[in-house]
Amino acid sequence: MLYAILCYDSEDVVGSWTKEEDAAVMAKLGVVQEKLAKQGRLGPVARLLPTTAATTIRKGREPLVIDGPFAETKEQLLGFYVVDCESLEQAIETAKDLARASSSAGAFEIRPISVFNSVGSVK
Amino acid sequence: MTDLAWIGAALTSARPQALSALLRYFRDLDTAEEAFQDACLRALRTWPKNGPPRDPAAWLILVGRNAALDGVRRRQKQQALPDEELISDLDDAETTLAERLDGADYRDDVLRLLFICCHPDLPATQQIALALRIVSGLSVKQIARAFLVSESAMEQRITRAKSRIAGADVPFETPGAVERAERLAAVAAMIYLLFNEGYSAAGGEALLRATLGDEAIRLARLLLRLFPTEPEIMGLTALLLLQHARAPARFDADGNIVLLEDQDRSLWNRAMIVEGLALIDKAMRHQRPGPYQVQAAIAALHARAARPEDTDWAQIDLLYATLEKMQPSPVVTLNRAVAVSKVHGAEAALAMIEPLAPRLSGYFYFFGVKGAFLLQLGRAEDARVAFDRAIALANTAAEAAHIRLHLDRLIKDSATGGDAKASR
Repeated sequence: MLYAILCYDSEDVVGSWTKEEDAAVMAKLGVVQEKLAKQGRLGPVARLLPTTAATTIRKGREPLVIDGPFAETKEQLLGFYVVDCESLEQAIETAKDLARASSSAGAFEIRPISVFNSVGSVK
Repeated sequence: MTDLAWIGAALTSARPQALSALLRYFRDLDTAEEAFQDACLRALRTWPKNGPPRDPAAWLILVGRNAALDGVRRRQKQQALPDEELISDLDDAETTLAERLDGADYRDDVLRLLFICCHPDLPATQQIALALRIVSGLSVKQIARAFLVSESAMEQRITRAKSRIAGADVPFETPGAVERAERLAAVAAMIYLLFNEGYSAAGGEALLRATLGDEAIRLARLLLRLFPTEPEIMGLTALLLLQHARAPARFDADGNIVLLEDQDRSLWNRAMIVEGLALIDKAMRHQRPGPYQVQAAIAALHARAARPEDTDWAQIDLLYATLEKMQPSPVVTLNRAVAVSKVHGAEAALAMIEPLAPRLSGYFYFFGVKGAFLLQLGRAEDARVAFDRAIALANTAAEAAHIRLHLDRLIKDSATGGDAKASR
């Protein structure tokens, strides 16, 4: 089953990491990704730009375009993974692996994927 | 990443919010700073043990406030007060405080803190030194290094700036809409100055001063998070990101200036460019153009060009024409002339800058650009005169060296085009 692992953290804090600290975290995440890729379990991976770059479209008769993220929260959605896991247990283990890459106070949300369209060809 | 590194990042990111709330509470910068320092020391003691609090800024405000009050009371009455570890465990108090801080209060607090640094009585260099010390929390030593002055000189400069604003009226009431807009504009201008202070550096200095660019971007992002729908703040942030993205390519290994058209574009920071382009896209949707947006749009056109010859100079010419109307200045016209030289040729460009001579007679770039146009027109002797003048006016060794390069080429009689400021 495919799972989305959504990464939440304070973008203020992550933005205050030095280049070296940021690179160190990315390197550790890279090791986990490589392991998943070797097992053929790794799908798309994305790191998102800060929420200041976000635009939200509120649906309605006239869709409303709003600057900023969908919700003002203490921790923001900073990125996500799509990973193939046999069970929730394995998905939790994978998220724990990712969590060990940094000691900040963020969270990972595991969401089983219902429909996954991989027809697109964006590289 | 160690616990300590995480705590360091959390303290840095919470600083503007926590310090500005403490300033509102105590209405005195020194007391607020002391309270914040105190809270940070306590955080270093308790966070590794108890784990990080849910809301670091709220924790620091509460603990800082109590620590400072503690000190005041002790001086007054020697009265015992509850231990800060007990207070910090009161989750409820933390939550209410955090709730109260959300939204407008917090926004005006941080804006006030930034605005204090922009006091009109302070010269520009003091404004940005103060912002780096107070808002960014850089040490005096770090700031001194970035400004290329001694630590004691910087200490003096900051102390003087602080005493000047201590004597001035700091507005603590909630600002009205017009006042808020004015403060926002003053703060944006200060952040822009801070960035330029770093951007104008060259060679070995550029490395030392890169901090200034990084901090300017951090402050611009902070401002944008407070005012996420202001197109000019989007424009400012985009402009700084797009300019800073080119930093790794602007100087060669020997510290010489590398012109935009000669830069290795693979060295440009892609992440910054992507973010800058995203922000300028967002800003344009508002159809409320301003000088930062227009300058960011110009920088975006350079960033979008995979090769120098792909640059949309006609569009850049139009954007500079817009900027000329918004902010008439001979320097803007000078920059526009560079675009004009690419679109309509050096003769038209030269005609455009000639009337600027009386106002720019002491300006290095004017003679650098003029020399380059003359060179393109094959007027070698006139070009040599202009370049000589430019060298005499150069602000840095790298600028002088760059012009000397032109002169060398001239001597070798291999005339090639180029310009100074607009393509750096």
